[in-house]
Amino acid sequence: MSKQEILINISGINRVYYDTTGKTTVALQDVDLDIRKGEFITFIGPSGCGKTTLLRLIAGLDSPQSGVVSIEGQPIEKPGYERGFVFQQAALFPWKTVEENIAIGLKARKVFKEKKQYIKDYIDLIGLTGFEKAYPHEISGGMAQRVAIARALINEPKVLLLDEPLGALDAFTRIELQTTIRRIWKKTGTTIVLVTHDVDEAVFLSDRIAIMTARPGRISEVITVNLKPERDRNDDEFIILRRRVLEKLELAGKHWSSRLIDPLEQPSISGVGEAI
Amino acid sequence: MTKRITKKSEPETGHVEYWKPQSGWWYISAVISVLVALGVDTLVPDSQFVNTLPYRVFLEIFITTLIVLWVISFKANSLRKILYHQAQFIFAVGIALTVWDLLSTKSNILQLPFFPGPAQIISVIVSERETFLISSYYSLRLFSVGLILGTILGISTGILIGWYQQWYYWLFPILKVIGIIPSIAWIPIAVVVFPNSFIAGLFLIVIASWFPVAFMVSVGIASTPKVYYEAALTLGANERFLLTNVAIPNAVPDIFTGLTTATGFSFLTLIVSEMIGAKAGLGWYINWAKTWSAYDKVYASIVIMAIVFSIILAVLNSTRNYVLRWKKGISK
Ligand SMILES: Nc1ncnc2c1ncn2[C@@H]1O[C@H](COP(=O)(O)OP(=O)(O)O)[C@@H](O)[C@H]1O
Ligand SMILES: [Mg+2]
Repeated sequence: MSKQEILINISGINRVYYDTTGKTTVALQDVDLDIRKGEFITFIGPSGCGKTTLLRLIAGLDSPQSGVVSIEGQPIEKPGYERGFVFQQAALFPWKTVEENIAIGLKARKVFKEKKQYIKDYIDLIGLTGFEKAYPHEISGGMAQRVAIARALINEPKVLLLDEPLGALDAFTRIELQTTIRRIWKKTGTTIVLVTHDVDEAVFLSDRIAIMTARPGRISEVITVNLKPERDRNDDEFIILRRRVLEKLELAGKHWSSRLIDPLEQPSISGVGEAI
Repeated sequence: MTKRITKKSEPETGHVEYWKPQSGWWYISAVISVLVALGVDTLVPDSQFVNTLPYRVFLEIFITTLIVLWVISFKANSLRKILYHQAQFIFAVGIALTVWDLLSTKSNILQLPFFPGPAQIISVIVSERETFLISSYYSLRLFSVGLILGTILGISTGILIGWYQQWYYWLFPILKVIGIIPSIAWIPIAVVVFPNSFIAGLFLIVIASWFPVAFMVSVGIASTPKVYYEAALTLGANERFLLTNVAIPNAVPDIFTGLTTATGFSFLTLIVSEMIGAKAGLGWYINWAKTWSAYDKVYASIVIMAIVFSIILAVLNSTRNYVLRWKKGISK
């Protein structure tokens, strides 16, 4: 693993937000990270620690005050289809059917004619056969996220960026989709960067987990997940690792939990009851 | 009494609940009430000099249609629901026609020429049908050319204003100030500036439809959620694609809102401008009939207008429902 090629290099990133009242928020401070080709890496941390900001920097939807994010050595300046992005609220185009949403990337890149036969493959891949002609308002939240993933994947991106795609879903749908995401990752071999605050999800899906702390946002530690490829949530090693991630998060949380923070913003600790 | 409670889940437009009686009695009563209207017209002697034949034929067609639909509805449940829902209303129409006929043609309590009865109005529609057809044709021609031109201009300027800051800076204040002036205020100027009444009327209708459409389109474009742009950008979109495939589709519901307002304004403008300058059209005809005190013709024109404008609105509405079928709450 360690010998693997670097796909994305993040170095010396600082991102400060200035709002209209003059208040400044240090969303990211001195963040360095290498993302390897083909790996599944997860950013985990409490709300407001800069996960989305970091993901948007990779996508090119935002730019840092200092530091560089580069992909295959090229600095990232603007968004592009080789960095697919899935938003928390799916952001499907409501006026397009499932099929048309998936085809958007092909149309935008003007390769629709040559590649339209693949649309069906991606609908199969995400398990939405039979819903091709449905409009977004007619499908469930979980299905919408599946479409959003297929819509990004059809461009065969170098990296797929997932910003809490399962955050708004119920527990059952979430687990179902985690399995789908893992299957897709294995099948396509795409590098995936996932943002979540669900420890269980992070351990289930990732090769590596980057733990983030808030105010200022930084990466405090990167944990390598050495579990067997067929992951089992009830496996002892799985449970031990989940507890370790949780401890790190709590430790990281000490830096900010003394300040006034909405308890709802704490990281989710699903499944922790049986772990401890 | 059942109040009309708008549930949160109920769509704003389109689909209507048929909540009226399930029983067939109201429908039978409706047929009977129209039969009574026919009976009164046939049996009670006239006290005005009116050709009541067209009215009688009209009532006979009305009754036949009701019965035919009723028979068909034994096979089509959705039609049955609509018929039963409308039954009380049709019943009331039958009663109203009977009373009106009795008060006018039959007893001369409502006197000609100012208060004609239903028989007189229908007889005028039939005898003047060519004039009405030609007038409707002229009105429709002016209306549709004007509305189409105004909509094209409205959509184009709306896109420019909603998308480009420069255009917004220069055009939006003008739109805001000129847009609130009722188009008929331009009549004196239009009459002087334009070579004939058709062009003048056209100008007024274009003005009437341009601004509401432009305003709504610019709002629709500018209110496109940022996340749609971002999603498109990460899928490989360029600036042009964002405009044509994100912002404009997002503004389509607002285009229809603007178009509905524009249609209403255009009806008003059409009739007023025809009344004032034109030599043809329903507005001209109604004014001409008035100067001859031919009030039966005035009422007849109003009936024709109601029919023509309702058809236009119905076409607009079903186009809208079809185009916006992707929206929640619009029935397919
Ligand atoms: N556009 C913005 N303007 C001002 N502050 C922002 C903006 N976006 C994010 N922030 C702030 O930056 C911090 C990090 O935000 P974000 O990256 O969204 O966190 P996360 O995704 O981990 O919850 C938060 O404190 C947030 O309030
Ligand atoms: Mg976030």
